[in-house]
Amino acid sequence: MDLNILWFILIMVLFAGFFFLEGFDFGVGILLPFLGKNDTERRILINTIGPVWDGNEVWMITAGGALFAAFPNWYATLFSGFYLPLFLILVALIVRGVAFEFRSSDRSPQWRNFWDWMIFIGSALSAILWGVAGADLLRGVPIDAKMQFAGNFFDLVSPYAILGGVSTFLLFTLHGALYLSLKTEGEILQKVQKAAKKIGVVTVLAVVVFAVMTFFETDLLANNGATIVLLACALALVLANIMARSGKSGWAFISSALTIVFLTVSIFWGLFPRVMVSSLNPEWSLTIYNASSNPYTLKILTIVALTMVPIVLAYQAWTYWIFRKRITSKDLHY
Amino acid sequence: MSQLILARLQFAVTTSYHFLFVPLTLGLSVLVAIMETMYVRSGDETYKKMTKFWGKLFLINFAVGVVTGLVQEFQFGMNWSEYSRFMGDIFGAPLAIEALLAFFLESTFLGLWVFGWEKLPKKIHALCIWLVAIASNMSALWILIANSFMQEPVGYVLRNGRAEMESFLALITNPHVFYQFPHTVLSGFTTAAFFVLGISAYHLLKKNSPEVFRRSFKIAIIFGAISVFGVAGIGHLQGIHLVQAQPMKMAAVEAHWDTEQPAGFNVVASIDEQGQKNNFELKIPGVLSFLSYNNFTAEVKGIKELQAADVQKYGPGDYVPSVTPLFWSFRIMVGIGSLMVLLVLLGLYFWKTQRFEQKTWFLKVLLWSIPLPYIASTTGWFMAESGRQPWIVYGLQKTASGVSTVVPAGQVLTTLIAFTLIYGVLAVADVYLLVKFVKQGPDGVATESADNVAKGASLWT
Repeated sequence: MDLNILWFILIMVLFAGFFFLEGFDFGVGILLPFLGKNDTERRILINTIGPVWDGNEVWMITAGGALFAAFPNWYATLFSGFYLPLFLILVALIVRGVAFEFRSSDRSPQWRNFWDWMIFIGSALSAILWGVAGADLLRGVPIDAKMQFAGNFFDLVSPYAILGGVSTFLLFTLHGALYLSLKTEGEILQKVQKAAKKIGVVTVLAVVVFAVMTFFETDLLANNGATIVLLACALALVLANIMARSGKSGWAFISSALTIVFLTVSIFWGLFPRVMVSSLNPEWSLTIYNASSNPYTLKILTIVALTMVPIVLAYQAWTYWIFRKRITSKDLHY
Repeated sequence: MSQLILARLQFAVTTSYHFLFVPLTLGLSVLVAIMETMYVRSGDETYKKMTKFWGKLFLINFAVGVVTGLVQEFQFGMNWSEYSRFMGDIFGAPLAIEALLAFFLESTFLGLWVFGWEKLPKKIHALCIWLVAIASNMSALWILIANSFMQEPVGYVLRNGRAEMESFLALITNPHVFYQFPHTVLSGFTTAAFFVLGISAYHLLKKNSPEVFRRSFKIAIIFGAISVFGVAGIGHLQGIHLVQAQPMKMAAVEAHWDTEQPAGFNVVASIDEQGQKNNFELKIPGVLSFLSYNNFTAEVKGIKELQAADVQKYGPGDYVPSVTPLFWSFRIMVGIGSLMVLLVLLGLYFWKTQRFEQKTWFLKVLLWSIPLPYIASTTGWFMAESGRQPWIVYGLQKTASGVSTVVPAGQVLTTLIAFTLIYGVLAVADVYLLVKFVKQGPDGVATESADNVAKGASLWT
C-alpha cells in the first residue's frame, strides 16, 4: 500500500473518530435546552461531556492539520472553496467552546441561559454543516483545471447537501441522546430515553432518504464497497433504534457509533481515489496523488502518526475510564 | 479595499487576538503546576487555595485561547490557499504534529485535571497539570518551527512549482527556532509572572488572604526575574542572528538607510520613508554595530544597499517593509522590556528585604504593569511578521502570491467583521469574568465551592 492511500485512510479515521466522539457532544449540546428544564439538569447534561469534549474536538484539529500536511491541495481547494460554510463552522465551534467554560462562571440566570443557547446553536450549526460539507464532497463541486473552486456559495447548498446536513444533525442528536442514556440516571434518564425513541424514527427516515438520494446524486453506486458500507450504515441505524426501544442502551450507543463511522467510511470510500470531485470535468478532480505532499513528507508524517496515535488513544480511553460513572447532581463541575 | 489587504488584516486581527491568550497559558500553566506540586509535597492547604484560585483564572483565559486557535488552523486554507499549496508540504507537517503531540495531551489532561480533583490520587492530579504545561509549551515549539520556516527557510527544495521538504531534521533544527522558541516561551512566562504579581499586589494592598498572595508574589517574582532576563538576553542574540538571516528586517527596524561603519543606534527618529532618510535622529554612535555584531566598530548594511542587493537577487521590486511602524514597535518592545527588568529587580530587592508589603506605591505600579508584557509581545510579533514583508516565506514566496484566488473580497470583509465582533464580545465576557474572580479572591472561589458542596455539587462551580 502506498503512503498516499495510507494517509487517505488515516484522514478518514480522524474524521470518523471526530464524528463518533464529537458527534455525541454535538448531540448533548442540541438536546441541552430541551431536556434540561432547570439549571441543575442542564449542568448534569453538560457535565456528562465536561471532561472530554475538548479532547474530542482535537480529532478535528488533527484531521485539519493532517489534511494540510498530507494533501495540501485538498486543504487549499476545500477551505478556500467552502469558505462561508467553514467560516460558520468556526463561529459555531468558537461560541460553543467558550460557552462551556463561561456559563458556569456566573450565577445570573440570564447569563447562563444565553450561553446555553450558544451551546445549542454552536452544536446544531456544526452538526448540520459537517453533513452539508460531506454531501458536497461526494456529489462534487465545480473545480477547474487548476484545482481551483469555480463555483459560488449556492453551489454548496443543493437540496442533496441540505438533506445531508439534516441527516447528520439528526444522527448526532440521536447519538447524543444514546450517550446520555449511558451517562445519566433517574428522572433525566427517562426523559433522555423518551427523546431517543422519538428522534430515532425521524433519523431513520432522513438517513434512508439521504442514502437513496446518494445513489441518484453521486456515483457511489458504481462502487460496491462504498455501497455495502452505506447499507451497513442504514442497518446499524435501524439496530440502534431497536436496541434503544428494548432498553439496551449500551448496544444502542454502539450501533449509533457504527452508523456514524460507516457513514464516514462510505463517503470516503465513495470518493476514493479522488479527494474532491469536480462536477465540471472528471479529469479535474483532486486525487490522493495530484493533491498530495511528496513521499518524503508522507514518510515523516507516517512515522509520527504511527507512534503517536496509539498513545493518544490509550490516554483518551483512560480518561473515559476515569469518568465512566453516570453523572448525578453530586458531581458537577461546570 | 483589496482582497489581499483584507486577508492580511484578518490574519493580523485574529492572530494578535489569539496571542493575547497564548502567553498567559504558557506561563500560568507552569506556575499553577508549581503551586500544586508544593501543595502535594507539603500538604499545606494554602498552596491548594493558590492552585485553585490561579487555576480558575487560567481556565477562563484558556477557553478563549483554544477557540481562537481553531481559526488559526483553518485560515491558511481559507484566505491563503496559494500559500498552502506552495508550502503545505513543509508547513503542514509541524501543524499536524502539533495537534498529535501537544493538543491531544493538553486537552485530555486538562479535562482530567479540572474534573479529577476527587477522582485522582494527589500526585497523579498534579502530574496532569504538568502535562498540560508541557503540552502547551510543546505546541509553541511546533508552531514556531512552522513560523521559523517562513522567516528562514531551511531543508527544502523547489520542485513541481512548490517548496518540498528535503530534510525534516533541518526543519526542526532551524537556527531561527533556537532564538524564537525560548524568546516566545519566556515572554509567555513573563506575562504570567506579571499577571500573578499584579493581582497579588492588588490583594496585598487590600489585605485579602495575605498568606496566599505573599506566597504567590514570591513564586512569581523569582519566576519573572528568570524569565525577563532570559527574554532580554535571547532577544539580543536573536537580533544578532537576524542581521544575518533577515538583514532587511533589522535595517528597517532601525530605520538604518545607509550602510555605516561603525553604525549608530537611532533612539528616536523622524522617518521620511518616501525620501528614504530620517529628517531627525537621536543617534548613539557604535551601538547598532554592537547590537548587530557584538562589536562596536562593525559595518552594518543599510536599507538602500540591501534593496539594491535584493533587486539583483530576486528581480525588480520593492523589498523594503514599512519602516516607521517597525521602528516604533521595536522601541516599544525594548522599552517595555527594560521597564520590566527594572520592576523585577526592584521586586526582588523589596522581597529580599522583606518590605514589599509596605511599599504600597510599588504594589500599585505592579497592578498597573499587568498590560506591559502583552504590549511587548504584540509589538514583538508585529515586528517579526511585518518585518518579513513583502515576503510570506522569506525569499521564496511573496505575500501577494499567497492569498486565495477564489475568495471574493466581500467574503473576506464579511468574515473579518464577524470575527472582530465575536472576538470583541468574547473579550468583554472574558475580562468581566477575570475581574470578577480576581476580586472575589481565593476565599470567594472557596466559599462559592463550599456553597455548592453543601448543595451536593463538587468543589468547582
